[in-house]
Amino acid sequence: MAHIEQDRPAPMSNPLSQIRMQIMWNRLIAIVEEQAQTLIRCSFSTTVREAGDLSAGIFDPQGRMLAQAVTGTPGHVNSMATGVLHFLDEYPIDTMSPGDSYLTNDPWLTSGHLHDITVVTPAFHRGKPVALFAATIHVVDIGGRGLGTDGRQVFEEGFSIPIMPLARKGTMNEDFLKILRANNREPVQVEGDLFSCAAASEDGCRRLVEMMEEFGLADLDDLGNHIIDTSRTAMLHAIEALPRGTFRNEITIDGYEAPVTVKAAMTISDSGIHVDYAGTSGPSQFAINVVLNYTAAYTCFGARCCIAPDVPNNYGSMSTITVSAPPDTILNVQRPAPVAARHIVGHITADAMIGCLHKAMAGGLQAESGGGWNPMMRGSGWFGNTSRIWENYLFYSGGMGARPNKDGLTTTQFPSGVRIIPIEAAEAITPLLFWRKELLPDSGGAGKYRGGLSQVLEIGSATDSPISVQAMFDRVEHPARGRNGGLPGKPGKLTRVKRNTLLTAKGQHQISSDDALRLELPGGGGIGSPLERRPEAVVEDVAEGYVTAQAACDIYGVVLNEDGTLDRTATAMLRSEMVKIGRDGPATA
Amino acid sequence: MIGKSGRARVGVDIGGTFTDFAIEIGGRRLSRKVLTTAAAPEKGVLEGLAALLEDAGLSVDDVGLIIHGTTLATNALIERKGARTAFVTTDGFRDIVESGFESRYEQYDLTIDLPKPLVPRRWRFSVPERIDSTGRIHRPLDTDAVKALVPQFEREGIEAVAIGFLHSYINSEHENAAHRILQDALPGLSYSLSSVVSPEMREYERFSTACANAYVQPRMATYLQALEVGLSAAGIDCPLLLMLSSGGLTTIETASRFPVRLVESGPAGGAIFSSHIARQCEYEKVLSFDMGGTTAKICLIDDFVPQTSRLFEVARVYRFRKGSGLPLRIPVIEMVEIGAGGGSIARVDSMNRITVGPDSAGSEPGPACYQRGGDQATVTDADLMLGRIDPEQFAGGKVPLDPAASGRALAANVGDALGSSDTLAAFGISEVVDENMANAARVHAIESGKDVTKRTLIAFGGAAPLHASRVAEKLNVSSFVVPTGAGVGSAVGFLQAPVAYEIVQSDHQRLQSFDLDRANGLLRQMTELARTVVEPAAFGSALEEKRMVFMRYVGQGHEISIPAPTGPILACDIELLRKSFEEEYGRLYSRTVPASDVEILTWVVKVTAGIADAQKSKVPAHEPYQPKPTGKRRIFDSDIGKVVSVPVFQRESLKPGATFSGPAIVVESETTTIVSDKFKVHVNNLGYLECTRHGAH
Repeated sequence: MAHIEQDRPAPMSNPLSQIRMQIMWNRLIAIVEEQAQTLIRCSFSTTVREAGDLSAGIFDPQGRMLAQAVTGTPGHVNSMATGVLHFLDEYPIDTMSPGDSYLTNDPWLTSGHLHDITVVTPAFHRGKPVALFAATIHVVDIGGRGLGTDGRQVFEEGFSIPIMPLARKGTMNEDFLKILRANNREPVQVEGDLFSCAAASEDGCRRLVEMMEEFGLADLDDLGNHIIDTSRTAMLHAIEALPRGTFRNEITIDGYEAPVTVKAAMTISDSGIHVDYAGTSGPSQFAINVVLNYTAAYTCFGARCCIAPDVPNNYGSMSTITVSAPPDTILNVQRPAPVAARHIVGHITADAMIGCLHKAMAGGLQAESGGGWNPMMRGSGWFGNTSRIWENYLFYSGGMGARPNKDGLTTTQFPSGVRIIPIEAAEAITPLLFWRKELLPDSGGAGKYRGGLSQVLEIGSATDSPISVQAMFDRVEHPARGRNGGLPGKPGKLTRVKRNTLLTAKGQHQISSDDALRLELPGGGGIGSPLERRPEAVVEDVAEGYVTAQAACDIYGVVLNEDGTLDRTATAMLRSEMVKIGRDGPATA
Repeated sequence: MIGKSGRARVGVDIGGTFTDFAIEIGGRRLSRKVLTTAAAPEKGVLEGLAALLEDAGLSVDDVGLIIHGTTLATNALIERKGARTAFVTTDGFRDIVESGFESRYEQYDLTIDLPKPLVPRRWRFSVPERIDSTGRIHRPLDTDAVKALVPQFEREGIEAVAIGFLHSYINSEHENAAHRILQDALPGLSYSLSSVVSPEMREYERFSTACANAYVQPRMATYLQALEVGLSAAGIDCPLLLMLSSGGLTTIETASRFPVRLVESGPAGGAIFSSHIARQCEYEKVLSFDMGGTTAKICLIDDFVPQTSRLFEVARVYRFRKGSGLPLRIPVIEMVEIGAGGGSIARVDSMNRITVGPDSAGSEPGPACYQRGGDQATVTDADLMLGRIDPEQFAGGKVPLDPAASGRALAANVGDALGSSDTLAAFGISEVVDENMANAARVHAIESGKDVTKRTLIAFGGAAPLHASRVAEKLNVSSFVVPTGAGVGSAVGFLQAPVAYEIVQSDHQRLQSFDLDRANGLLRQMTELARTVVEPAAFGSALEEKRMVFMRYVGQGHEISIPAPTGPILACDIELLRKSFEEEYGRLYSRTVPASDVEILTWVVKVTAGIADAQKSKVPAHEPYQPKPTGKRRIFDSDIGKVVSVPVFQRESLKPGATFSGPAIVVESETTTIVSDKFKVHVNNLGYLECTRHGAH
């Protein structure tokens, strides 16, 4: 600028450069958000475009994650964060060229099952590799048995892609794509999604170069170190506020052939948090096993939600939490164990972390959640003027656990972050006919703060052909627990509607064309005694049909007049009676 | 030009706090602000109008047209002050509007709340019926079940009814039948059918839109009637048109039927204001940048037409976060709105990073420098500290500012934590808010499949000209423009809006098996309907029709829009559509997808009348001259991290042709324009400041 005045001292360069760093950091986050948006807009699979089952991030040349888009699911993001290192082992960054892309779906290297494909693309600036863009997407099919619990080895679960080039110098690896198409039920969608990944990463590379030009950067070293150091320090600072010690929590869920117990010991020290899963159940013969990568992903997510939700996800913030699990447990399963439905047990680790920290943090934390039920629907037959086989992966949510000062969220995914696929969109692409999707009264665990309600779905065939469902559901025998006297959420249940037969929560079931599948999802746990819930809130719940009048009386001790208003006197009497006989729980038969 | 010729046109924008007026007659423009009278908004309109006419020395007979926009519908949705509304839907699906997308809009925050549905569960009713995705009836409508709702509605005192059945966008037979039955029994209620309000696929958005329409309908109808009566009692008999969220105008009759389409009409007026400037000055690609006290609104304008969208989110419950509001599937001017305005509060987070907004100090207590009890550091405090605002000239000198108060607030909120001087803290705040806006613009552009660079940035609203220079630099945009009349941009924009109506309809067709008759039949129907809406408000102006189709590769989830022929579609057009699609797709995403069929999901017909004539800036050319600065002011230069002295110009003394280089400050009563050393300024023939990057043209 002209007119520079010389009489003033130059301001401290440190805060100024700190501000510059922050601006560049924000820009990096914006770039990966763009990358994710491009991916969503171009993708073919409903899993990606409707449900948002994807992630995108940028890494430095050493494979340390610097920023991620917040659209993704924690399972992708956190496992992608370590996965990129494996790419660099296989293809050192010096051997990469502009226009290259590499991919893999190796469960042990990335996010735990073959359906998640990770694509890594190097970004070049002034002829030098300066960063890597990575994206993980959940593709709708990967051949084999398809997504389900019944594989006995990973080899049965589909087409495995070792780390290899998807494109070299801008030319797609046509040999690879040919083999992929031949091994896939939805080749157009899956191949289209890989093209979308390439497009999104190219977009990210372009933006990154623009940014580096603007700020006059030759590399991302200083910025990367700043991001990692700042985030790590912030996490350690947050951890400092927690009490020192080891906090334990144990959650048992249904599992497949036997219940699975997840046993967590969280040790909080000055150097960070370590979580160990010693004592957790052993591997299953079936595909509910979890690789350590995925275990770490949801462990880290669960802990970070409670401790420092505002610290961005990157190598620095994640490095403060370490995870171990003995190799003979279901949370660190070894090859060639089947892993397709790893989310069932994997997701529980987030609740396990919340349970540990509940004991460490003043005020407590949310109760256990019902989780998501993701039915994989499959069939074949005439639809839309063609006869073909089809698959459709759907996402539905149970109730979330109550919070220490408010009710749990009704029908909301946790810990996963996906959106549902609209019924009309699902019916437009596959011959399904939904008959019901409604909240389930009394499904939220009773408490001073009620657990979130779950829902009931009825899904049938729109044609004369039967449909099948790969059931991979849990919390049918082991509901989401409440805290501090709050009751558990309602357990889940699945049945055939007409034949009224009970179905198992794991495995494949055929539903004939004249029948329908009924899914009753699990509700969230409550917090505090139901007798402490404000009677007005119970009256409102009954008016809205969230709680039945019967449950209001039996469990909450709230008596309603015939017109639905509160009978204050009768309620006070009933509640004191219930407290006196120690019945601050549900009425027993 | 619409309205009675030779007479004044008046734009009226009812906002939350102020009602803005702009009057135009014979090339002259006047504006006025009065307080909004929330209880009976028509009162404020009538009083303000009378005062405005007096200012202008005009009588009621001189008013030829009133164009009106209002946030009443938006406020009713935000404040939950709508009608007692019932929702009737397919048996088994009454909770679609409560479950929504079933996802958390904020991944890591365990304390979030979800937006509550407008219709409580006790008033959501379902009846047996079912239509599939091809329009085939699987289960006929149970008319007795519909009839059985009548006594329940009566008992509950229901005022408005939304009807939404699955797949009604493809077959509305059941919605129509249910409507007839209820209308016959309860003719006094208002009805909103999802197949009419928003005939598009995806049940949550469609039902949510129908419910919102029903919810605001009785209140809006009452207000619009009261306004009509009031105007006629005051002797004003000219036509009254309403501003739609899509930027078009419509009649009171249509507005009363589809009040949900009035949501956000104020900001839409701002976008129209920008579009008008774009047309006047022939800027083909524009980034409209409207920064006020609470939020910044960013809109992309191509070929003088603001970008539109078919989805809007109203009443966000969490920091303007996407996903935290109620979805409305209506034609809207596509905008991104973030919590970044002059009043946005700055703080430091756990990582010593500066955060700005989204909460605002508003006008009460306002920024610390207002000295009205506010002690939080805001963007305005930062601007003052950096020397960008003259404390004696703010708001034409009516609001004296106290830099010392800003300094204290900046130190307390930011400086102390960072160990930096007040000036650097202020610089940090300014950088962060500018970066936030630039990032919002960039991500918005990519979400819309557009490039943000190579655009002209048009800055209006009180705070935008202070920040436009830096935002333009960050976006790598080579020029920005500060128009005149920026303070009441929306009301001025209303005067430039065309009478227009847009109909959007889902009907899925693959190009490989394209049914010409079906497509042409549908388009004919849509055209007729749109013309019926526009004609009464066009006052004989010629109608112009535009058609678009939303296309994608078979199996993709997001479509891109492609212009379609206005006449009947012929067999040879199908290949042309495919080609246009592939060209556009390749342009947006670098690659096309080989061997994939292409499908049309959605059809759009827009009928427009009477686009206001734009004054062109190109003729006559003014001699360039170099104006003399009226003084100098010391401002902080971010590039070198020092305070420098910069020449100041008074806006009203700058004549067309004035040319000077940055750094410079241009002062006017409503705002201040900061021009960095990267830009040179040219005052164009309309008096707008055209700021162009050195070396660019």
